[in-house]
Amino acid sequence: MSPSRGDRWLAGALGLAAALAGGAIVLILAFLVIEAWPALRQVGLSRFLGDSGWLPAAGPDGNFNLVPMLAGTVAVTAGAMLLAVPAGVISAIFCRYYAPLGVSHIYRRLIEVLAGIPSVVYGFWGLVVLVPWITRFRPPGQSLLAGALILALMVLPTVALLAESALRSLPRSYFEGAAALGLGRFTTVRSLALPAAAPGIGAGCVLATARALGETMAVLMVCGNVVQVPTSFFDPIRTLTANIALEMAYATQFHRSALFVSGLALMGLVGLLISAVERLSPKPAYE
Amino acid sequence: MNRSSVKADRTATFLCWIVAFAVTGTFFWILWDLLGHGFKGISWSFLTTQPRDAGRSGGISSVLVSTSLILGVCLGVAIPTGVGTAAFLSEWIPRKSRVGRWIRRSLDLLAAVPSIVFGLFGAVFFGEVLGFGFSILSGGLTLALMVLPILIRATEAGFRSASEELRLGGAALGLRRATILRHLLLPAASHGIVVGLVLGVGRALAETAALIFTSGYVTRMPSSLLDSGRSISVHIYDLAMNVPGGEANAYATAVVLILLLILINSLASWATQTWLGGRSLP
Amino acid sequence: MSASPRETLDSPQKLQDACISTEGLSVSYAKSYALRDLHLEIPRGSITALVGPSGCGKSSFLKTLNRLTDLITGCRVTGSVRLDGEDIYQSGFDVLSLRRRVGMIFQKPNPFPLSIRRNLTLPLEEHGTQDSAALAAKTEAALRDVGLWDEVKDRLDSSAMILSGGQQQRLCIARALALGPEVVLLDEPCSALDPLSSAVVEDLIASLRESYTVIIVTHNLSQARRIADQTALFWLENGAGTLIETAPTEQFFSQPQHRLTKEYVSGARG
Repeated sequence: MSPSRGDRWLAGALGLAAALAGGAIVLILAFLVIEAWPALRQVGLSRFLGDSGWLPAAGPDGNFNLVPMLAGTVAVTAGAMLLAVPAGVISAIFCRYYAPLGVSHIYRRLIEVLAGIPSVVYGFWGLVVLVPWITRFRPPGQSLLAGALILALMVLPTVALLAESALRSLPRSYFEGAAALGLGRFTTVRSLALPAAAPGIGAGCVLATARALGETMAVLMVCGNVVQVPTSFFDPIRTLTANIALEMAYATQFHRSALFVSGLALMGLVGLLISAVERLSPKPAYE
Repeated sequence: MNRSSVKADRTATFLCWIVAFAVTGTFFWILWDLLGHGFKGISWSFLTTQPRDAGRSGGISSVLVSTSLILGVCLGVAIPTGVGTAAFLSEWIPRKSRVGRWIRRSLDLLAAVPSIVFGLFGAVFFGEVLGFGFSILSGGLTLALMVLPILIRATEAGFRSASEELRLGGAALGLRRATILRHLLLPAASHGIVVGLVLGVGRALAETAALIFTSGYVTRMPSSLLDSGRSISVHIYDLAMNVPGGEANAYATAVVLILLLILINSLASWATQTWLGGRSLP
Repeated sequence: MSASPRETLDSPQKLQDACISTEGLSVSYAKSYALRDLHLEIPRGSITALVGPSGCGKSSFLKTLNRLTDLITGCRVTGSVRLDGEDIYQSGFDVLSLRRRVGMIFQKPNPFPLSIRRNLTLPLEEHGTQDSAALAAKTEAALRDVGLWDEVKDRLDSSAMILSGGQQQRLCIARALALGPEVVLLDEPCSALDPLSSAVVEDLIASLRESYTVIIVTHNLSQARRIADQTALFWLENGAGTLIETAPTEQFFSQPQHRLTKEYVSGARG
């Protein structure tokens, strides 16, 4: 539109920046697929789910059963969400409806600070405080339980903050209407506010689940990293993410390709959750 | 109100306070534990000497240098790319254009990629394909990809908050779009950029998983961007997991990391307030 | 374009030197017209007032004259606008220098959130004045032209946002005049100001006659009567803005030809 030469240069530069930023995800996905391809082709999907164990370093003839890691990931995430969803949603309700104004403000700040603590710090605290504490009841301490507790603490802020903002965005008229009808606080919250804010709260929970699934450091540090399908809360487990972090350092060739398969599996799970968030809320899936 | 609903409300109140106490209690437990064990380890010499004996003794000077270099590479790449993309999305193409929708969607997806996947990608793409190996450069570039979505989203919001009068007024004076962007819109968007930077730096400082396979573990003082360098988060991880007896220094390093994050956050809120205050003069 | 009869061909203004002339000018957004088939000539060195009810295309018309319409997505301009006989919509036309030649002042004062000095120097530098002495001289001259120099000479480096509304509007006029335009477009420049500031700005506009060709949109009929040489009435007809009548201001108010003009001038409609 504009004939100026400086403008054309700038348009080119901005377009290039945008292409880089927009193309990054394509590049990442492409690399995951390319690197995972040798293992996928030679081993096949079925062996990743049905082999007798995980011995990928032996090359194409090794064992490639990802099921323990999948089970570990799902179990630790489910355990974390079981705790974080109620605690997060109740925290949001507390902030909006039950806490005195000053307390609500401070509590919200505190949750924001919790959200800002790096995962490696959570993992470290879990390792030096939580794990020895669990060991007193049931050794070895590094366990599914420790992982779920730490993860719950880590994603609770996501649930709480998104639920709080969903509740806050409800129109005032709802509550004026409820008050005019003489509805009590609990009835208003349970029958009016929660259902109306449900899509937003749901989106927050799904987003938190995606975060828990993809978390690496904290679970790597507290879960024990034993390749097994857990049978109790006190069993050590290894997640998909921890598996990559542990073995990538020395993995070569075929083994490495197998790790990219688990990266791809992880990305697939997260992608599913993100598309669920898009379905739930019209807003972009950003924190 | 009938009696059962009063009772339900009382139960709910009780439950709310219990949860709030539990969360607050855990928070202070963590804080007390970290500060209690970590604070006494921090001293000037801790910050200025190099780690010895795999980090068990000595300080974290080389770790801090590597961290700053990694952050520098990350921001050096992410700021121009991110601000450029935000300007492109908000100023150059129509708001609801197909290109814009696609770029935003792919950024949403990029924001959701787990950090270990970034690590995998960075190790292969920057480390092997581009040949940077285990280096500060590889780590910084990987982090740049991670912080791009946050930075772009915040900057774009900053551009959108700039008033339409600036664009019209500038155009009516025959200013080039480049001039309007640089002299009028960029200052107006600056608080958005600052917010994005703080969030991005926070994420980059905290990042561990993406750095283990890109910038690596080496504790030596780096002499170039192509050297491997250990970031502060990786240092905490390594001391805690792989170094028996590294706990005391891990505590101290964790406190340093948290103090850094607090410092950056306060700097940013101070900066935003000062600038916004300056703009809203009567 | 449509071949509608061109009354203006026979009008006396044709004989004068026309600075701007439009032929069959139409502006449309998506499918609706904001302005349809406009023929108007603006004589050089005079003040033309555009009057009429809100939403009848006056502002859209102004925006076609410096191609600010380019910025509006989905806006289409057809017909022709000639500035000194040259079609400004021909391809390859230098839009940036067009906007230097045709300055525009908006309803709400819109100084940039920069210093008072920078508000003037930024556009000057953009259009080729680099020398700092020349910049300072042009800045002072422009501020003197709008009577702002004595009020701001001691605080040129403070933010333009601290000026009052009237001062801001005069700064915007100075900013446009500093570029040495031929035409100045004003879109209700006084309507956001208090009565006192409004009077100051109005006097300033009246003083622009002779040196510039001025087109002003106003809702204030007595203002049009006070300052304009020529007055044009716009009206909304069949959902699109149309030009109803153009006449020398005295004649426009004392012997309006069109029924709508009569009613509008007498206050019966509009």
